[in-house]
Amino acid sequence: MLLRLEQRPEVSKSMVYASPLIAVVLTILTAMVMFALLGVDPVKAIATFFIEPISTLDGLAELCVKATPLILIGVGLALGFQANVWNIGAEGQLIIGALAGGGLALAFYDHSSIFLVPAMLVSGVIGGMAWAAIPAWLKTRYNTNEILTSLMLTYVGLLVLSYLVHGPWKDPEGQNFPESRLFHESALLPILIDETRLNVGWLLALLVVVAGWLLISRHIIGFQIKVIGMAPMAARFAGFKEKRLIWLTLLISGGCAGLAGVIELSGAIGQIVPSISPGYGFTAIIVAFLGRLHPVGVFFAGLLMALTYLGGDSAQITMNMPNAVIGVFQGMLLFFLLASDVLIRYRVRIGPHKVQAEVAE
Amino acid sequence: MHLKSKLGGAAAAAVLAFGLSTAAQAQMKVGFVYVGPIGDHGWNYQHHQGLLALKKALGSKVTTTHVEKVAENADATRVITKLASTGHNLIFTTSFGYMNPTNKAAKRFPKVTFEHATGYKRLSPNVSTYSARFYEGRYVVGKIVGKMTKTNTIGYVASFPIPEVIRGINATYLSAKSVNPKIKIKVVWVSTWYDPGKEADAAKTLIDQGADVIMQHTDSPAPLQVAEKRGVYAVGQASDMRNFGKKAHLTAIVNNWAPYYLARTKAVMDGSWKQQDTWHGFKEGMVKMAPYNSAIPAEVVKLAEDTRKGIIAGTIHPFEGEIRDQSGKIRIPAGKRADDGLMAGMNFYVQGVDGTIPK
Amino acid sequence: MSVDWLIPAILTIVTAATPLVFAAVGETVVEKAGVLNLGVEGMMIMGAIAAFATAVSTGSGFLAVIAGAGAGLLLALIFGVLTVYFQSNQVATGLALTIFGLGLSALIGHSYVGKTFEGLAKLDIPGLSDIPVIGPLIFGHDGLVYFSVISVIIVAWFLNRTRAGLLVRAVGENHDAAHSIGYSVTLVRMGAILFGGAMAGVGGAYLSVAYTPLWVENMTAGRGWIALALVVFASWKPWRGFLGAYLFGGITIIQLYAQGMGVEVSAQFLSMLPYLATILVLVVISRDSAKARVNAPACLGKNFHVSV
Repeated sequence: MLLRLEQRPEVSKSMVYASPLIAVVLTILTAMVMFALLGVDPVKAIATFFIEPISTLDGLAELCVKATPLILIGVGLALGFQANVWNIGAEGQLIIGALAGGGLALAFYDHSSIFLVPAMLVSGVIGGMAWAAIPAWLKTRYNTNEILTSLMLTYVGLLVLSYLVHGPWKDPEGQNFPESRLFHESALLPILIDETRLNVGWLLALLVVVAGWLLISRHIIGFQIKVIGMAPMAARFAGFKEKRLIWLTLLISGGCAGLAGVIELSGAIGQIVPSISPGYGFTAIIVAFLGRLHPVGVFFAGLLMALTYLGGDSAQITMNMPNAVIGVFQGMLLFFLLASDVLIRYRVRIGPHKVQAEVAE
Repeated sequence: MHLKSKLGGAAAAAVLAFGLSTAAQAQMKVGFVYVGPIGDHGWNYQHHQGLLALKKALGSKVTTTHVEKVAENADATRVITKLASTGHNLIFTTSFGYMNPTNKAAKRFPKVTFEHATGYKRLSPNVSTYSARFYEGRYVVGKIVGKMTKTNTIGYVASFPIPEVIRGINATYLSAKSVNPKIKIKVVWVSTWYDPGKEADAAKTLIDQGADVIMQHTDSPAPLQVAEKRGVYAVGQASDMRNFGKKAHLTAIVNNWAPYYLARTKAVMDGSWKQQDTWHGFKEGMVKMAPYNSAIPAEVVKLAEDTRKGIIAGTIHPFEGEIRDQSGKIRIPAGKRADDGLMAGMNFYVQGVDGTIPK
Repeated sequence: MSVDWLIPAILTIVTAATPLVFAAVGETVVEKAGVLNLGVEGMMIMGAIAAFATAVSTGSGFLAVIAGAGAGLLLALIFGVLTVYFQSNQVATGLALTIFGLGLSALIGHSYVGKTFEGLAKLDIPGLSDIPVIGPLIFGHDGLVYFSVISVIIVAWFLNRTRAGLLVRAVGENHDAAHSIGYSVTLVRMGAILFGGAMAGVGGAYLSVAYTPLWVENMTAGRGWIALALVVFASWKPWRGFLGAYLFGGITIIQLYAQGMGVEVSAQFLSMLPYLATILVLVVISRDSAKARVNAPACLGKNFHVSV
């Protein structure tokens, strides 16, 4: 290869911030070529994707609503991934959390209480934790790989949801259609800005970002998580309890996902429906890595990811672009973003390897 | 157009009205929200055919927009709101799960007109609902499959136990039973609307268990393909699926949304749109039969056609008493016909159907 | 109860399991080389559309499968370049690959919706295929089913019995060591990634030209994810992956049969069985911690770069 990478002596501080920008510029250039080839006005297309969706207050509110679950789950997952705990079943934990919280809303359907929403949120967290506890228990007790168990439990969770909305929890006045009653007013999260859907869930997401940040940078547990991820042997020598960290990271990520689920229900949807989440649990995995497994990074990555979905709506609505193009565009954007992180630790050099380098290796 | 009827009015008012009316026409924007990909060759595909027909009929007088794969959750409200706030005057939301999102948006945008498919809530005056009487098609098909089966077993690939699906199973059974007293119906629930592989597996299962006619209430042509390979018959779903199994394809119940979409768009354009609950069938052309397979004997074709014509004429009704449920309880008394409310919320199997509805 | 249904049931299971076998065996090699590619679903769906498009335009099942493999390989090439050369995170890149593949396949597939292809021919050996029971079970499949079995044999042999296989495993276990004794980690990983992509592509091709010979968007319906889970289920052993695919496919089909026979359990609960069974079996086989750990490639998911 003519282009080659050379490791920097130390992490480039400027590139930490510059690399996402470089990626966005590269994506925009490539996408413009793609749009031009597809016969679409490239400048308009880019504006439609990135600017049009957030040009109104409603758009900004929707951006936050869409980003809330991604950020919440992303922060939780990031902690686990740092400790090499591969929870890829956040989607299932989200669903069970939503059911735990939503079930409470249905149980107290006739009651009006200011305690209902907090109780639902707590119940959602517990629900998500409970679902994540299964892989944690199986991993610590039976050494069962959590990639498989958490993924399989996602499908089980989806079917539990399907069973409940088609059966016991379906709206008694709903002509037997598969959805629950609409939640009572007091089971809905307070709205922050009138005429929009921006709700308290967004503040909770911000709170979780800060909490995650403090945990990872200031708390001994955060330190242990980082060490066990980078050097498991060293961690064992240092006497860290590996099993405890597995439990902890899975419970935290499950709890975050459960919280995201109940916020989605009581903030944005307002009832239990057969498809609560359009795959937030999976998308949040990308968000976690785009954010470089750092809570603040996850925050920005979540917003960016949410923007691409809103941009997808806009592209379909104002430019009649097929949905398929949006997937291609999102994929491309992610490729660039992920690849450009290389600039933080490496320099791009043009030309063949130097002989010294070979020797030095 | 409607200005002509206002000739007696003051000239200034007429000019003003004319100005408004042409402006409204110039801006006629129709939005469609689809739950899945257009490329599913099923439910969404047929709605999109309706959109294409609308465009063809009205040409430059209308701009259409469609958004695919909109999940029936928080995303739906966002997309519908977005359509309403970007100058669309008429929005068709084409899946049941959009019911509450549509009504929410309708409340917020009183000047925009909303049409929701398969729902029952019309909370603001600017929301209509519409659906098709697919059970009429099932009833015609029932006559054919009842006559064509040699094993007296119909295999039914079902998605989820909602009234729409249960109504279809009941209509098929009652009809088939009327021409073949020995008929049995086997139902396999695949818990998905759309997974060609699983739909095919279910069809294979049913054939292995003795079914020699396959019906489906899922979206892909996979069950039909299986029937073709195994040398049994099948009935297409949503669209004419002949291409996927020329020998097996007895006929298909075709969802034909185009006439409705055209009529409602014109109604908005000329100001005659009113809230309504539409449930159209053969009579209005919302449900159609695909061409009959030449393997069906002429007298069976005649039986099917007579049934179809009878339904149109009102002399035949698929749910005419006496109809009992599985427990033997009379649900529709002799001589009575099921009203729309009973049919819309149907959650019982009629007597003679085996198995229980998954709860 | 008669057993007449048993043979057709097994045939249905074979069809359901085969795409999973291809994708899982391919991914096994990828993961053995220390790379976690979560983009199996995206590579499968690209294989499906490429194969179907080729089948429709050329009428050749053979060319269709080649095209499917090629499309999976091309998508894997993107993944390989990004993760191996640009050091991008494997998990996230794999997920992005799935989003990309689903979109691109829908874009390409737009004009193929509603087209048909008669499907791969079943093997039909006069005499042999007509033997009762054994005939249909052993001699009654399409060519890809046999190829899936052969590919498992070859991959198992390759990984365990050849020098090249040893090298793949070494790279997956300890890339620094493999590099220090003079092997190119980059080349080995690229090779494994491309192989995995091609196999996922063939799995997708099986869906669109044999299982259900048609094209509809998203027709893989999550099978790529199941294949990924099966690799873990199998503790990175090809034969166990093969058995896992048949276990998963088998339980899926059996629950459909149970419904047809009138078992009165909610369809949703029956549909959970394959997932629950997979977990349960994995728990049973991985209880012995010493054995299970040996197989997980130590460098799985970690990128490698020559440190200067």
